[in-house]
Amino acid sequence: MTAALVAERVTRDYALDGVTVAALRGVSFTIDAGDYVAIIGPSGSGKSTLMHLLGGLDRPTSGRLLLGGREVAGLDPRELARLRNETIGFVFQSFHLLARTSAVDNVALPLVYRGMRASQRRRRAVAMLERVGLGHRLDHRPNQLSGGEQQRVAIARALVTDPQVLLADEPTGNLDTSNGQAVLALLEALNREQGVALVIVTHDREVAARADRQIVMRDGEIVETLPAPEAP
Amino acid sequence: MRFAEAWRVALDALRANRLRSMLTMLGVIIGVAAVVVLVAIGTGTKQEIEQQVEGLGSNLLIVVPGQVNLGSAPSVSRMDLSDVDAVSKIVGDRNRVAVTVASGETVAAGHAETFASVNGVIETTPNVFVRHLARGTYLTRSDVDTQRRVAVLGWSVAHKLFGDRDAVGQQLTIAGVRFRVSGVFEQLGQSLGIDRDNEVHVPITTAQRLLATNRVDGIAVNAPDRDEIGDLSARIIAELTRRHPGTQFSAVTQEQILGVLGDILGVLTGVLAAIAGISLLVGGVGVSNIMLVSVRERTKEIGLRKAVGARPRDIGVQFLLEAVLLTTLGGVIGMGLGIGAALVVAALSPVPAAITWWSLALAFGVSAGVGIIFGVVPAQRAGRLDPVVALRTE
Repeated sequence: MTAALVAERVTRDYALDGVTVAALRGVSFTIDAGDYVAIIGPSGSGKSTLMHLLGGLDRPTSGRLLLGGREVAGLDPRELARLRNETIGFVFQSFHLLARTSAVDNVALPLVYRGMRASQRRRRAVAMLERVGLGHRLDHRPNQLSGGEQQRVAIARALVTDPQVLLADEPTGNLDTSNGQAVLALLEALNREQGVALVIVTHDREVAARADRQIVMRDGEIVETLPAPEAP
Repeated sequence: MRFAEAWRVALDALRANRLRSMLTMLGVIIGVAAVVVLVAIGTGTKQEIEQQVEGLGSNLLIVVPGQVNLGSAPSVSRMDLSDVDAVSKIVGDRNRVAVTVASGETVAAGHAETFASVNGVIETTPNVFVRHLARGTYLTRSDVDTQRRVAVLGWSVAHKLFGDRDAVGQQLTIAGVRFRVSGVFEQLGQSLGIDRDNEVHVPITTAQRLLATNRVDGIAVNAPDRDEIGDLSARIIAELTRRHPGTQFSAVTQEQILGVLGDILGVLTGVLAAIAGISLLVGGVGVSNIMLVSVRERTKEIGLRKAVGARPRDIGVQFLLEAVLLTTLGGVIGMGLGIGAALVVAALSPVPAAITWWSLALAFGVSAGVGIIFGVVPAQRAGRLDPVVALRTE
């Protein structure tokens, strides 16, 4: 079985006012289906850049990056969009739900870009919302939901496409402790039960410590992997 | 993304900003309404004038001295009644030949008086031009032959001099000379603000004595056969030129008059539509502007849509449809307003207005086109947004 994510010596440079800044300086790791990985590091460590690359929102400057077994470098924006749609589910710190759009329609949004019929979309979105415990909030709009509920809608949206990888960027950052714990517990349950690889990007050590593996980043490089890989 | 889905998304976005959508549409609404109304007025005027010219009579040929040139003063006529006889011979039927000598004169009855166009004519006039009498009888050949002082009044003249009384049999004076009213024409109405009923027909012989002249201003022929008009006019002009060496004569047919008038009014309608079209263009710029604002405002939404799998084209189509929806909706509303305004103008003012399907189709097509043209740039900008940058935008 192919790995969900493979990064080999991935670099990403940005040109800022004519000066090239290296945000990632050669990062390598593999994430398999069902893995639970935290990427941790202070701001400026390159973890956001890495997350954008892993999510197929951006392409590396050099190195090999495989998402769902496909090499990202050769894809145009159209193919990349399709890869994101089929392989990756995003959960953002600030939820990024469409205002004025019901929970069920928010969850169904990725399926719209698959060209799926409305009735089928709704069926899958409803099932997903029930799975995250929001079966009673289908037609509520984001502003009628609590922060924790909004993040659960976002999780349902990330999973409605049956992705191989769930990428969560500071998923608890905008939530209080109990809601944060509930959201993490939900993500972990989905990881366990559905076999989707879970990658949490965070600077919160407590959150990171719950993962099976922590990738610690600083200055665009991986400085440590916890627990230390067993010697072959 | 399915196309129907894209329409729904675009409609939702417009609903989200109802007031702004309405204000943006207003430019297009006004532009389309202006095009529809002005084209309706131009077309209505053209139709009315064409009807009037056609109503003069079919197969009409008008012979005048000098060159026919709209805008130049008519030359002094050297034709007299003997020319009319010569033309009648060529045509072969005196009843198909009419003649006129016209002059503006004061017409009075009792204390009432008015200024009218007095036309000296012969009894054949109703055979050549379509004129119907409301009351009484027209001039007779013996009226013409014996210089009788009888007059047929246009509806306005009769009304001004005699009010609601029956004018037939009454006395009046033309330039101080007494006449008896023998008939009254049916009302023709106004055309371009000119009262077509402000005229008096008298025998040409009487008119010539009144005006101390023997000239005739023009000869009109009702050609027996439409196909022979050209041949007939050539023969008439040749004969008149032979009789009056050194004088030029021209003949115009009804079709030529219609053609010239049609050209002038067509240009007029086009100019009106173009002026109105400018406001439509300004409306389009407004749409473009608002769409650019909308793309900026919804950067985060665009980023999210891209993150979950929207292709650049999906986003572009979404924003393009939004612009097209704005302008076509504005176009439909503008068409409704334009039709309403044209009907009001036609009903409440002397200006005629005729709504044509082509002007509605054009207005709708142009407003949709404006949406596409002015929506493309914002749509492309939205489609090309970098999802990483877009998601980061707050």
